[in-house]
Amino acid sequence: MTREMTHAMTHDGPDTDHRLDGMAQGVLGRPEPRPEGALKVTGRAVYTGDQQVAGMVHGALVRATITRGRVTTLHSAPVLEMPGVLAVIDDARLVRFSGQGATTKPPAGDAAEVVYHGQPVALVVAETLEQARHAALRLRVDYAEEPGAATGPEEPAAEVELPEKKQSVTGEPDAALEAADAVIDRIYRTSSMSSAPMEPHASLAEWQGGKLVLHSTLQMLASAQGQVAAALGIEAEDVRVLAPHVGGGFGSKLGISPETVAAAIAAQRLGRPVSVVCSRPQSMETTSRRSETLQRIQLGADDEGRLTMIGHEALVSNLPGQKFSEPVQQATPFTYEAAHRRVVHRVARVHRLLCASVRAPGESVGATAFECAMDELADKLGMCPVALRLRNIPKLEPGTGRPFSSHKLAEALTTGARRFGWEHRHASLRARREGEWWIGMGMSSLVRVNTVMEAKARVTLSLEGSALVETDMTDIGTGSYAILTQIAAEMLGLPMGSVETVLGDTDLPASSGSGGSFGAASTGSAVYLACLELRSKLAEAMGCPEPELTLKDGHAIHDNRKVPLATLMGGAAMQAEGHLIPGEAEDKARQATWGAAFAEVGVNAVTGEIRVRRMLGTFAIGRVLNAQTARSQALGGMIWGIGMALTEELVHDARDGHIVNRDLAEYHVPVNADVPALEVHFIEERDDWAPMQAKGIGELGICGAGAAIVNAVHNACGVRVRSLPMTVDKVLAGLVEIDAEAQ
Amino acid sequence: MRAFDYIRAGSCKDALAEAETPGTAFIAGGTNLLDLMKHEVMTPARLVDISRLDLRGITLTDAGLRIGAMVSNSDLAADPLVRRHWPLLSRALLAGASGQLRNKATTGGNLLQRTRCYYFYDTAMQCNKREPGSGCAAIGGFNRIHAILGASDACIATHPSDMAVALRALSAEVELLAAGGGRRQVPLAAFYRLPGDTPHVETVLEPGEMIAAVLLPPAEGGRQIYRKVRDRASYAFALVSVAACLRMETGRIAAAALAFGGLAHMPWRSAELEGALIGEAPSPALFDHAADLLLAEAKGQGDNDFKIPLARRTLAAVLAEATAEEGARA
Repeated sequence: MTREMTHAMTHDGPDTDHRLDGMAQGVLGRPEPRPEGALKVTGRAVYTGDQQVAGMVHGALVRATITRGRVTTLHSAPVLEMPGVLAVIDDARLVRFSGQGATTKPPAGDAAEVVYHGQPVALVVAETLEQARHAALRLRVDYAEEPGAATGPEEPAAEVELPEKKQSVTGEPDAALEAADAVIDRIYRTSSMSSAPMEPHASLAEWQGGKLVLHSTLQMLASAQGQVAAALGIEAEDVRVLAPHVGGGFGSKLGISPETVAAAIAAQRLGRPVSVVCSRPQSMETTSRRSETLQRIQLGADDEGRLTMIGHEALVSNLPGQKFSEPVQQATPFTYEAAHRRVVHRVARVHRLLCASVRAPGESVGATAFECAMDELADKLGMCPVALRLRNIPKLEPGTGRPFSSHKLAEALTTGARRFGWEHRHASLRARREGEWWIGMGMSSLVRVNTVMEAKARVTLSLEGSALVETDMTDIGTGSYAILTQIAAEMLGLPMGSVETVLGDTDLPASSGSGGSFGAASTGSAVYLACLELRSKLAEAMGCPEPELTLKDGHAIHDNRKVPLATLMGGAAMQAEGHLIPGEAEDKARQATWGAAFAEVGVNAVTGEIRVRRMLGTFAIGRVLNAQTARSQALGGMIWGIGMALTEELVHDARDGHIVNRDLAEYHVPVNADVPALEVHFIEERDDWAPMQAKGIGELGICGAGAAIVNAVHNACGVRVRSLPMTVDKVLAGLVEIDAEAQ
Repeated sequence: MRAFDYIRAGSCKDALAEAETPGTAFIAGGTNLLDLMKHEVMTPARLVDISRLDLRGITLTDAGLRIGAMVSNSDLAADPLVRRHWPLLSRALLAGASGQLRNKATTGGNLLQRTRCYYFYDTAMQCNKREPGSGCAAIGGFNRIHAILGASDACIATHPSDMAVALRALSAEVELLAAGGGRRQVPLAAFYRLPGDTPHVETVLEPGEMIAAVLLPPAEGGRQIYRKVRDRASYAFALVSVAACLRMETGRIAAAALAFGGLAHMPWRSAELEGALIGEAPSPALFDHAADLLLAEAKGQGDNDFKIPLARRTLAAVLAEATAEEGARA
């Protein structure tokens, strides 16, 4: 017998109780290792592509080789004659690209209608993976091609939209710019980018009766369950999605992807389990990408560096009809003070792979460009870049007058500058040379909006003194298993080893899923609330108010009395569900995470090669739940900053929009040799407006870190590159120019 | 992947006999061939595995160094003789691929790796190298990594090997075995071909012929430098690389061998450039002149135009380093 209870909380305002600080177990916040770590490093963690079930066959997606048009004929017959081939699936329900996150709406459209080069148009199923891929490559497809499709956002043929809600003007920006003592007006570009998770997108579908059991590489299971059901035309409760281990997602697994639906349809058609594991090129070209951006940034300031005008115009792209557009200016309205402001947001309709959320949609590219412009302004004013930022920190949110939930930018900047040794930076350019290398330093602010999502989790306390945490939350390498275990252990006074966390199954309570830096705080809060409920019942049995109850090492302690938990449980296991509901808190206060990044780089004066020599980040993210996994997220974010600044560019062929560099040999993520000593420093705080006083850390690192590198390169060698990534060719062009001037 | 027969060769003789069947390819480390087969860029019907053949020796002879075709890139880079007398080769090897790949990749296989041209890898694209006569999508496409020297209207691909660039500077020869016991020795200079109208024919290897060894003439002495410019610090192919063997005598350049990677369909060497250096005292003007000779015929394709100034500057820096007086080197 189990007693069940629910503790729901609508997050409407600040919480000053900080209950977690009063707990006794002492595991929360500690650098606890991942409980599933040993499984992962020994290869025993079973990822989607590792799944083997009896009778399983394999599917491979067939790729469109035109940019726009319709499939007229699939020449299936010769392919069906090939060894092992079981079926060619061309079903109206197949999807063309990934779904967006946090919605149950599946990707719209008919796979027979081609809207980008590389789009899946069919699935070939065979007995083995090799047979399926071979046949998929051999399948001849006829098209009625519609020429003239725009594939680049700056092509004249690309239609440009200005979504009404994304434009804003405050004051008189043009007049303010005119009157400013110092003006910056520059165009910056960032490239199309891939999430490039290590684990390729994969799904294994099996029908059991009328129910679909789906193993899939997904970040958010509950909404993906809805997407799959809607795509197939069945009820959500007839779909069970499983994803206990996910090998990175970075946004590309927020929604379902083409292989998910294709596997389900094929499995239904054949009456056999069907596995579809995308090849690396398909994982990159059939899912989603980050939009390239063109950003015009205008800054006006008085001669003491007070901003008077902020202008931020952006041009991004997406497929026709898609609502998502990279929210480049998300943090622009509140990061710095300025009386006069203008935000212009344009979306070009292009026939390239879908744009969707990639790690820190918005600030990743928006703050990066903006922080480059701030550096240019500091340069123009002859001011220290740190001082310029400190001078422009608003007390209340500009425009709305809302309070900030907490605002640690100043502390992040000053602490970072001190720990990095910023005082050793030369204000003048080309001031430090070691052999062929120019050495320079740069910095940037980091900022990312913070949010929570609805989340549920169930915690069961057994009579044996162990606890079970269950939720459909995913662990995409971030540390969910560790963190949720820690929260329950802390709240219930249990050693880590006595708490088991089970994730990644839609039969369990629906969590927030992983994305937008909201996973740990949202689903963690649901665990916290469930535990709070269990504590109340235990306190009742103990005969004390819950806040006075101490739980530690499997015992309840109050008023000089210490008893094992089981004595308070009435002979039955106890179970509670926690339910976090986002409420008005988000409207009442501006919530964000803050930080600063500092970089020292070397630029080769001969070749333009850039090497980051060291980097330091400060991060104010509220309560740190696990010092090790949080640090790992901060490091990952900074490394993404290196990639954005120096190496990562998804190249689209200008003639047809297809992705040219579709593998990890040619899409250059930073490798170990590109990543120097990175230092992470947390500015520990309690944000009352965040449940558990904890905010997200999954994305903050990338939101400006690249700018620290760009700015350091300028400081080192005098070359200002405004188009990322700063590959050798771009830096070299600047060096050649400077060398010519010197002669 | 297309289904294929797999034959494990017990001896060179067996391997060569098996290779007489059309549609057969040798496989050694497989670090490039397997990728190409998965993408169906190459679709051999039969694979003859030569990785277990006794071609693993590195031996010093009167004629120089003999390197068995099956010596792994890792073993070759770490060989004490190589490190002592031909450090250029060791450095070039270590500048390529990754530790895991170098453990598997062989000396013979490294010479025969295929271009990294994006359009060669993508079977939906036109490529004269993959499918003769289909056209070249790289021309007019994204061609940042492509050739500026020796390219043709049919192909602008580059050769990706770092090792081959070093071997070219070291005047290596390749020993080839043919079925029926034929054995011939070809200078690396004559081993590779420019693309011309037949970019699919990349070397002078006859069907069924096998690389048995690479032969290095005795080391010349002097300085050996391998400099590779690439898009990230490791695991990226050369945009431009320079392999240099240079000996100074009384302030003048007495011997110079320079080979270039990332510029052409094969490791590039210019007799004219080297001739212009011999007997001269090093100076920026001389290096500039050398670059003029190297790049006189250079032609960019748009995205790779930067390779011309990059090659010029990298060559000058390598020459400056190679000719600097003792103690003056950085």
